[in-house]
Amino acid sequence: MSCTDKKARLAERQTQWQGMVDKALSRFPERKEVFTTTSGIEMKRLFGPADVDAVDYLEDVGFPGEFPFTRGVQPTMYRGRFWTMRQYAGFGSARQTNERYRYLLGQGQTGLSVAFDLPTQIGYDSDMELADGEVGKVGVAIDSLADMEILFDQIALDQVSTSMTINAPAAVLLAMYIAVAEKQGVSSDKLRGTIQNDVLKEYFARGTYIFPPQPSMKIITDIFSYCKDNLPNWNTISISGYHIREAGSSAVQEVAFTLADGLAYVGAAIKSGLDVDDFAKRLSFFFNVHNNFLEEVAKFRAARRLWARLMKERFGAKKAASMMMRFHTQTAGCSLTAQQPDNNVVRVTMQALAAVLGGTNSLHTNSRDEALCLPTEDSVRIALRTQQIIAHESGVADTIDPLAGSYMVESMTSEIEAKALAYIKKIDDLGGVVKAIEAGFMQQEIGDSAYAYQKSVETGDQVIVGVNKFTVQEAPPTNLLRIKQEMEIEQRKSLAAVKAGRDAAAVSNSLKTLRQVAESGDNLMPAIVAAVKTYATLGEVCGVLREVFGEYIES
Amino acid sequence: MEKKIKVLIAKPGLDGHDRGAKVVSRALRDAGMEVIYTGIRQTPEQIVATAIQEDVDSIGLSCLSGAHNKLFPKVVNLLREKGAGDVLVFGGGIIPDEDIQGLKDAGIAEIFLPGASTETTIAFIKEHVK
Amino acid sequence: MEDLVDGLLSGKVRSLAKAITVVENDRPGKRELLTRIYPKTGNAYLLGITGPPGAGKSTLTDKVIASLRRQGKTVGVIAVDPSSPFSGGAILGDRIRMQQHALDEGVFIRSMATRSHLGGLAKNTVDVIHLLDAAGKDVIIVETVGVGQDEVDIVRIAQTTVVVMVPGLGDSVQIAKAGVMEIADVFAINKADRDGADKLYSEIRAMLDMVKGTIKPEVFRTVAVDDVGIEELVQGIFAHGARVEASGLIEKKRAQKAESELRAYIVDNIMERSTGLAVYDEVVKRVAAKEITPMDGVEALFAGLGMTNKES
Repeated sequence: MSCTDKKARLAERQTQWQGMVDKALSRFPERKEVFTTTSGIEMKRLFGPADVDAVDYLEDVGFPGEFPFTRGVQPTMYRGRFWTMRQYAGFGSARQTNERYRYLLGQGQTGLSVAFDLPTQIGYDSDMELADGEVGKVGVAIDSLADMEILFDQIALDQVSTSMTINAPAAVLLAMYIAVAEKQGVSSDKLRGTIQNDVLKEYFARGTYIFPPQPSMKIITDIFSYCKDNLPNWNTISISGYHIREAGSSAVQEVAFTLADGLAYVGAAIKSGLDVDDFAKRLSFFFNVHNNFLEEVAKFRAARRLWARLMKERFGAKKAASMMMRFHTQTAGCSLTAQQPDNNVVRVTMQALAAVLGGTNSLHTNSRDEALCLPTEDSVRIALRTQQIIAHESGVADTIDPLAGSYMVESMTSEIEAKALAYIKKIDDLGGVVKAIEAGFMQQEIGDSAYAYQKSVETGDQVIVGVNKFTVQEAPPTNLLRIKQEMEIEQRKSLAAVKAGRDAAAVSNSLKTLRQVAESGDNLMPAIVAAVKTYATLGEVCGVLREVFGEYIES
Repeated sequence: MEKKIKVLIAKPGLDGHDRGAKVVSRALRDAGMEVIYTGIRQTPEQIVATAIQEDVDSIGLSCLSGAHNKLFPKVVNLLREKGAGDVLVFGGGIIPDEDIQGLKDAGIAEIFLPGASTETTIAFIKEHVK
Repeated sequence: MEDLVDGLLSGKVRSLAKAITVVENDRPGKRELLTRIYPKTGNAYLLGITGPPGAGKSTLTDKVIASLRRQGKTVGVIAVDPSSPFSGGAILGDRIRMQQHALDEGVFIRSMATRSHLGGLAKNTVDVIHLLDAAGKDVIIVETVGVGQDEVDIVRIAQTTVVVMVPGLGDSVQIAKAGVMEIADVFAINKADRDGADKLYSEIRAMLDMVKGTIKPEVFRTVAVDDVGIEELVQGIFAHGARVEASGLIEKKRAQKAESELRAYIVDNIMERSTGLAVYDEVVKRVAAKEITPMDGVEALFAGLGMTNKES
């Protein structure tokens, strides 16, 4: 049968089926008139061959490990090695967090992921006024190298890979990590891990910025350049859509704004004199995984394909590794409910499965109690077990990209890619990400999506089980993990002890040198490494940089 | 002319998660209120000075970092010191149940937890602002 | 009311804030309040800052405040943002960029929504300016988008009006359309580090060359986020004020100012008298039905209000 005949028959049968549908509809209307995803993409009643007419297998899908990497970045994917199971953790003091890390490693976790408290993330020491009430609350408090030494006590830094969620002061925390490794006798070329180091999204989605965009971009490219020579196995940035999604964006906006940030970093690095094929392989990404299962799977596939194409077309990348999007995924914190918290285990399972079917390279699964407080050890274990069950029991990891070829998934992948690209072009027209941030473009778009979502929940259009439907009377939850107020006082005491015990002249000299380097425009990294080794505090180092670079004011 | 209800939505502390604050701001605007939004990382002192200059009827505080026990009461105390103890203060964020009574005793009129509808917040303000 | 006036005149922040609320909401006692403080007004330097959305007015205002404070001047700021035409509510977010001054007792910032009623914005703003003036602020800054007659009226009252422009927003079209040439005393090309700043500069200069007679506005370049060009701008503002003072134009400016102020009150007064009256609704209905022209409508309205119109 010729191709045209086949098409004609298909169309005929489709019409017949439509007749059946119409008849069914006249008796039983559907639940909604139109079904859409979070990105406003229509979920059709049925996807079929016509929906993937424009998809060319070799051009658009291809083979795993090959451009455009739609099916994954490695040729064997999880058949060789599972994704890295990496639970984000950190709270209270360095000592407490160190205990949690050693527990997690003992339970079969394969990488560490450090959560810092807010003063650390904004470059303040625990004894500063603005840190009042925040010390150790959302992560571990790190004031100086002394805390970092305790944090990684009895953890061999050449044996683990460590991810640090740190942005504006990323250079300082990386410097401390290098210094701790040196004390352990581990040279920096052996270090594996990631710093988030993605300041752009801080301006429009997460809020832990310090400096204005220009000097921030300069610090980031300094890190790229330093790591290229000294930490060849370090992921110098984790370009993050996670927080963009948490701030309320749609799946398409998450992809678009993350990749737009990525383009800005690559552009800045090239402008600073680096060759794209020298640094691009160390770029990594970080996405959210939300509830709409099929849209999420398609999102990951679309993001990989779009990034590969952009790297090739816009920057002339030549090496496959420069076009390959490797990413970490975390299940959506904003999807967790404080009501009937055990239901969150189910949500997280579904989200984790979508991330795995989308080909994630590493994964964090949230704990059921995180809408209430910091996760308890029991909750963290269930979250980790969820990943292990998917890996070892579900069978989905035994074949690569099993949803490829689904009419629906391929169609949705193309649609997300096209819509994200349209956003990126809009940002280009505004003069790039920094100008778009100044104009409030992303903030407005995300705000619109967040508000629309809230309204759909309040009208009941979007059902959240246990929140606006299937609710029950609950007793207040018990057994929550709290950070005691004394912790803040203890942390201040130990900071005071560090300050009293260090060589004050060495500290002040190192800070003086740092200031000179900052003013001269030379690479900041060596001076920061030297400063933290004298036990100059995070607040002191960032203080010098604040004076030289100024501070960003929200727009 | 009908008096407009004026509300200050403020984020004390260091956390940058302003999704909730912004959604509530929009919802209050759509309910006909005038909302002053001052952005993230505001100190209690800044919040109170702003509330007084703007002569707001109510202040909504949003905090997701866990520092609420320290920051929320500080706002109420400063208002009282400055003779503006009549301003209705409410709060929202990730706040454990066991903290709520303490916050209410400190003068925070109501706490809205994750999952609370904006309708509830609007109704609360309309009922309690004189 | 007595307490409020005394408090305001002695510099109490809360009294000033409460007085503004009385005025802004047309609360009872408003007339008395304004009458009491009126003799104490006339000392402040009134500065208008206007320009299209996205020009960076709030950031510029923030830096101008800082500069004025360095000179030891106290500052009052009125930041005007639009109300939602649907709900009547508003999100007033200009302050975000000025929060570094929140704890400075020499700075008082008040956000105002345009609200919906005609003429009301201009009149209410004038009243608030009087209150800030009586409270002893050396400089009062009114920041508005500058769209519509109401807002143009506000900036006309100012001693000096700064029009903020930014490269890449349609430039010359933007200048012509906004009709800002006539209200600008000083131009600030903000975000002057962007492409197109030179082009915008020469376009403004070229247009100014066509204006005859009056004092030619100076054009400044600023990058407000980086605090660049602000001192020069502030000097230029006061230099403009001094030139007006020195020239024979001061009388004209004063008259213009009085006229604008008066017009604000006239429009509001008539609207206030008319709104809600049967005769007003009737006239609206007839104009809508195209039975009469709006011109005839005014006459019918005035007749209905018992006012004589100029024809009779």
